[in-house]
Amino acid sequence: MTNTVIKVENLTKQYRILHENKDPYKKFSDTLINFSKKCIMPWKFFNSKEVEMFKALNDVNFEIKKGEKIAIIGRNGAGKSTLLKVLSRITEPTEGSVKIKGRVASLLEVGTGFHPELTGRENIFLNGAILGMTKKEIQDKFDDIVEFSGCEKFLDTPVKRYSSGMRVRLGFAVAAHLESEILIVDEVLAVGDAEFQKKCLGKMDEISKGEGRTIIFVSHNMSAVQNLCDKGIVIDKGSVKYAGNVNNAVNEYMIQNNGLTTNDLEPEYLSEKDFEILDVKYIDLDEQEISSIKVNQEFYIDVKVRANSDITGSVLGLPVRNMYNDYVVVYVDRSIKFDDVKVGDEFTVRYKTINQLSPGSYFIDLNVKRHGKFEVWVKNIPYAVNELREGDINFKVQAGVYQGISSAEVIKK
Amino acid sequence: MQDYDLIIKPKQQSKDYFADILRFKDLLLLLTWRDVLVRYKQTVIGLLWALIRPVLTMVVFTVVFGKIAKLPTEGEAPYAILVFTALLPWQFFATGFTACANSLVAGAGMLSKIYFPRLILPISSILTSLVDFAISFVILAALMVYYGFMPSVNIIFLPLFILLTFFTVFSTGVLIAALNVEYRDFKHIVPFIVQFGLYISPVGFSSSIVPEKYQWLYNLNPMVGIIDGFRWCILGTDTLNVQAITVSTVVTVILLVVSLKIFRNLERTFADKI
Repeated sequence: MTNTVIKVENLTKQYRILHENKDPYKKFSDTLINFSKKCIMPWKFFNSKEVEMFKALNDVNFEIKKGEKIAIIGRNGAGKSTLLKVLSRITEPTEGSVKIKGRVASLLEVGTGFHPELTGRENIFLNGAILGMTKKEIQDKFDDIVEFSGCEKFLDTPVKRYSSGMRVRLGFAVAAHLESEILIVDEVLAVGDAEFQKKCLGKMDEISKGEGRTIIFVSHNMSAVQNLCDKGIVIDKGSVKYAGNVNNAVNEYMIQNNGLTTNDLEPEYLSEKDFEILDVKYIDLDEQEISSIKVNQEFYIDVKVRANSDITGSVLGLPVRNMYNDYVVVYVDRSIKFDDVKVGDEFTVRYKTINQLSPGSYFIDLNVKRHGKFEVWVKNIPYAVNELREGDINFKVQAGVYQGISSAEVIKK
Repeated sequence: MQDYDLIIKPKQQSKDYFADILRFKDLLLLLTWRDVLVRYKQTVIGLLWALIRPVLTMVVFTVVFGKIAKLPTEGEAPYAILVFTALLPWQFFATGFTACANSLVAGAGMLSKIYFPRLILPISSILTSLVDFAISFVILAALMVYYGFMPSVNIIFLPLFILLTFFTVFSTGVLIAALNVEYRDFKHIVPFIVQFGLYISPVGFSSSIVPEKYQWLYNLNPMVGIIDGFRWCILGTDTLNVQAITVSTVVTVILLVVSLKIFRNLERTFADKI
């Protein structure tokens, strides 16, 4: 392919971890003593176990094409930052290579090199130069940067008197005006308020759409990732676990994050098995099975269960959790009761509903009403919503009795 | 096939290492400007501090060595001017070397978050000291007017000695800066070198008082050649200390080559070890 801008091949980065030495900085005298000891008794140090090699990146391979917006996601310590450091030439790899076409600007930290004593105006020039802009470029864009940051009033105030949010705004404003073919952004927006985060994401989107620039974006904010990026790379323990469509990548990450691996995506049973879950399927109105649901799509959730005991007066519900483990909606139809169920009965409950959830990854739990109260019964069934809604809709939810937005029917087998 | 602009591989030496530094010259100048600016922020008398420090040192040395110890001056020069011509390069060395040696550790934040040619940090710290050095020349001019002392015609060679001083500071500072990243011991060695160096360099006295048989040992200190050179240029001392200047030049050139080699070897892991 001719439009590859970044090609990463067999990239490995190894760090040495010293175990016995609590002092991270070696003393010159220690080295001298160790060296002379080694000279006298080399065999004693041959099997020394004090140094452990740790692979922060382990044989990473991927390609990025021009104009792509790539999210790199993974848990803390998965190797994301190390990867970005290698890509931005801060540290060199132990093995493998990275080939890059075009100028790279990386924003691993907002406001690197900001000097607290200097004013906002002075820091714009300093930070711009640190990020690789020439003085002239900064001068040309100065007004835009100031306007974007919203710090006009405090331009001549030392940065040490800025709030942390203002510092981030100023730092991002400078970085947003970098002219590079490739922009690398680490988790840097976390400090800004919601409005500014939105502004930053909008700016990044604009950059990539308007100028066809490539963006590599690291974030733990999955909705930001899904909004901005079209591809995702999931990294875990230094290796690429998934590379491809961003929604799939987010799902993959969510599964990891809940302590599961793809192999054992077995629902977790929390209470005694009145029902045993056999299968959960998402079906569209054309009776086709679907893997993710669209916004406002009308669809069915088919839950196939087997009764393990005689059951009377039970209601099955499907509470949906978002990535922060907040329940956001429950699919339930109280009119359907399991009243006369015998051991060994198998049946499918079909919930018909309209998805009202915004794009993102969710989990469905199964709960069952027994002895007058609902209990969560099965956890962690993935539920993905994709496709962006046109425009933004803001709404508030008021307290009230939940009536349910779904209807259900029982199909006896 | 396509040609990539940049290939990152282990143990790679950039072809255009020094061209890269030139590309970042705006950063170099802005960092220097930042350090100069920051030094006198939130001070009442600001830049005056750059004048007060050398003047006070000069007064103390003149009183201690010239008046109390009654050491001889060189030629016709007043003792204050004799001291000050030596203080010029010495102060430059002392501040430049100290700042340069700490530059990488002080810039750890930048070093671990941004790519730029690593040599920028030590160079900019020396340039910052060069600003103080330039200010000191104003004091020297004032002193000469006060004493009615005319500089010698040798002064046209002064830029050469300034250049030599710069490279002495650079080569020693860069070496210590690189080693300081991994071995913080050098943080403690630096003030010691500066303090000790003041006694073995002819700052408060003239090289002529050093006994003949110890001259060769004394001349091994590269600052001796530099200070004698400064005095020769400004005061017009009869003879140039050729031996000392040769030693300074040779030592500096060797140090420069060795230091740069060590620096370039170590800089690849700065971000991991800082």
